[in-house]
Parts: sequence; structure tokens; C-alpha cells
Amino acid sequence: MSATYIARSSAIASRVLAGETMVMSVVDSTFFTLNESASAIWRAADGITPLHEIVARDVCCEFEVPIEEALTDAHEFVRQLSAHGILQVSDQPILPTAAAAPGAP
Amino acid sequence: MSPRTGILETAAPTATALDARVVEIGGVPIALRTRSLRFARMVEERYAGFVTRNEIRSGTIQFDIELLDSAPSVVNENDELQDDALQEDDLEVTFESGLWRMCRGDFSAEWDPVIGQGRIRQAMNPYSLDSVLRIVHSLVLARRGEFLVHAASVILRGRAVLFAGVSGAGKTTISRLAPADATLLTDEISYVRKSAKGYAAHGTPFTGELARLGAHCSAPLSALYLLRQGPENRIDEIDPALATQALLRNILFFARNAELVQSIFEGACEFVHRVPVRQLTFRKDASVWELLA
Repeated sequence: MSATYIARSSAIASRVLAGETMVMSVVDSTFFTLNESASAIWRAADGITPLHEIVARDVCCEFEVPIEEALTDAHEFVRQLSAHGILQVSDQPILPTAAAAPGAP
Repeated sequence: MSPRTGILETAAPTATALDARVVEIGGVPIALRTRSLRFARMVEERYAGFVTRNEIRSGTIQFDIELLDSAPSVVNENDELQDDALQEDDLEVTFESGLWRMCRGDFSAEWDPVIGQGRIRQAMNPYSLDSVLRIVHSLVLARRGEFLVHAASVILRGRAVLFAGVSGAGKTTISRLAPADATLLTDEISYVRKSAKGYAAHGTPFTGELARLGAHCSAPLSALYLLRQGPENRIDEIDPALATQALLRNILFFARNAELVQSIFEGACEFVHRVPVRQLTFRKDASVWELLA
């Protein structure tokens, strides 16, 4: 099974408020509130680190969740956000020019 | 001829030929210039208290009104008295070649935000103009992180309070129940601007079921309440993310423009960070105002 790479789109607005990450598509104004584990994936979505590594490193260790369960949830999260253009998804690393600038929220 | 050139030509200073009425809402003056005295009088009546002067000063947004003999009217008098006079179904607001274009069945308009001039084509009715004004104000405010919001607003003892909610949430009801010494800013569309110490709510002539124009004044904003009717009066804390989402749902914005959407998002986050946002459950009687006092 090939790796999945994710990168934050540049067509979004996001802000962390009281520990929660709010993300909105500036294309269709869809609004998401990310919980802690989703926020961890969001922060790590650099286009270079495979999703399974992000989940193992930032979700399973941090929140003590079994890898299979965490991966299933992560793929669903990625599917939802990518459907609104908020996350870019590829089976190849995503070049920095196509992803959000480094250090973006 | 480019659209921009067209506007420049038609909007060139010909004040002697055109009768101007300046409608100032939230400190943003918009001059409406028309050759029809009847239309000018209609503007004076519709925006009574907000027509501040007939002089066009620097910075005043200017629109020339082109009256059409007949335009397909999608808003009749009865509809206008419903909660949302601005029907969004067939509304298009786009930004192209430096011009905002606004189009609905009953009007079309364009506006150059750089030179601050534009043109409205509509039939002789106040509803189309009302819609254009709401759109233009929402565009002006969006860039500054300020907004028009579906909310009633009232000044009580020098501080303004907003009551937000969709149609039927109780904006008009709570406005109607306000104490006699309260000043109604609007029972339908509130005008929120930044101020030196936070935010201020300004009165608007955009009315809901109460059909009463707001007062042309402003006050520092102390709280935003998200309305819900229930068996008891109660104020509940609300999660900041939910507050932001609820505020965004109630902000009036009509353009699909990424830059302005981003600005509105940032503005809503900033607002929630600085202004208390609470859930207000209330009974349909005046006792709710004792809780708010």
C-alpha cells in the first residue's frame, strides 16, 4: 500500500482559539473545528511526512490510541478536509510551492 | 470601452444635473444621485434619520441611480416585511477588472472601490436599493475585519448589546421587549465596527418585523448573545470555536472572494477573542431584560 502525503492548502484561513483549531475554506466557506488529535495531524501536514508516520508519531504516542484505529480516523479526517480543498492529498510528496508556506498555522 | 471607463464617464461630477441624497450608516456615507426627484424623496423617507446631508464630501461613496421603467420584481411589499429582505438565491456578487458587480433579478449594479463610484440600475422601489446598500456596506467592512450581522442591537445605559440569530430566533421579540429607556439600533441587521477600546455597534435603517428604523447613533459593544427561546431565562457560556462558527453563520457576506472571506474569518476570531459571546435562552416576556440588566 502506497504512502499518503498531506499538505495544508493555501486557500484556507485558520486560527487556534482556546486550544482548538478552527479552519475555514476561503473557497466555499466550509468551517471545521479540529480536536486535539486532528489538530496534531493538521500541524504536521507538511506534504513531506507520510500520513502513517504523522499518526504514529503525533497521535498514537500523544493520545495513546492503537495505530489501526488512529489511521482509520485519520484517513476519514483527510477525506473530509480534502473534499473541501482544505487539505491536499497525494501518493507522492507534495512540493512546498504547492503547499502552504512553512510555518503556516 | 472598458467597464471602468464607462463608470468614470457616467459618474463624472454633474451634481447640478443630479439630485443627491447622502445616506450615512456606521460612519460610511453613500451618495445616491438621481435625476428623479420622486426617487430622491423615496430615499429620504426610507432612510429617515440616516440622510445626513446633500453635500458629497471627500471619501463619500457615490452611486448614480439609473431608473428602469420596469424591472422584474422578485420582492413584493409583503416579502420585504419578512425577516430577510435580501433574498440571496439569485444574487451574484463578483469582482472583475477592478469592479464589484452585483446582480439580482430586480437590480444590477457595479462599483469601483478604488475611485468609490458606481452605478445602480433598478426600478422605482426601495427594496432593490436596500439590498445594494447592504452588499456595499458588507464589502467595505469586510476588508477591515468589521461586519454586518443578522442581529438585533440595543443600547442600554450607554453600552450596546447584540442579539444574533436566524429568522425566528427572537431578534424582533427581544427588541420589542426592551425597556423603555433602551435605544433600538436595529431589530434585524447590526453594524459592527472596531473602535479605540474594542468594538462599537451602530444603528441601521435595516428593519425586520418591527419595521422601525434604528437610531442613528452608536455605543461601545459589551456582549453578543446567541438567541434561543426556551422555558426559562438563562445565560450560558459557549465554547469559543462554537461562538466563532455561530458568528460566521450570521455575518452577512455575499461575495465569493477568498481575500475577503479570510478577512471576515480573522475578524470573527478577533471579535470572539475580545467580546464576550454567550448563549441566551429566553422566555417571550420582559423578564429577560432583568437578567441582562
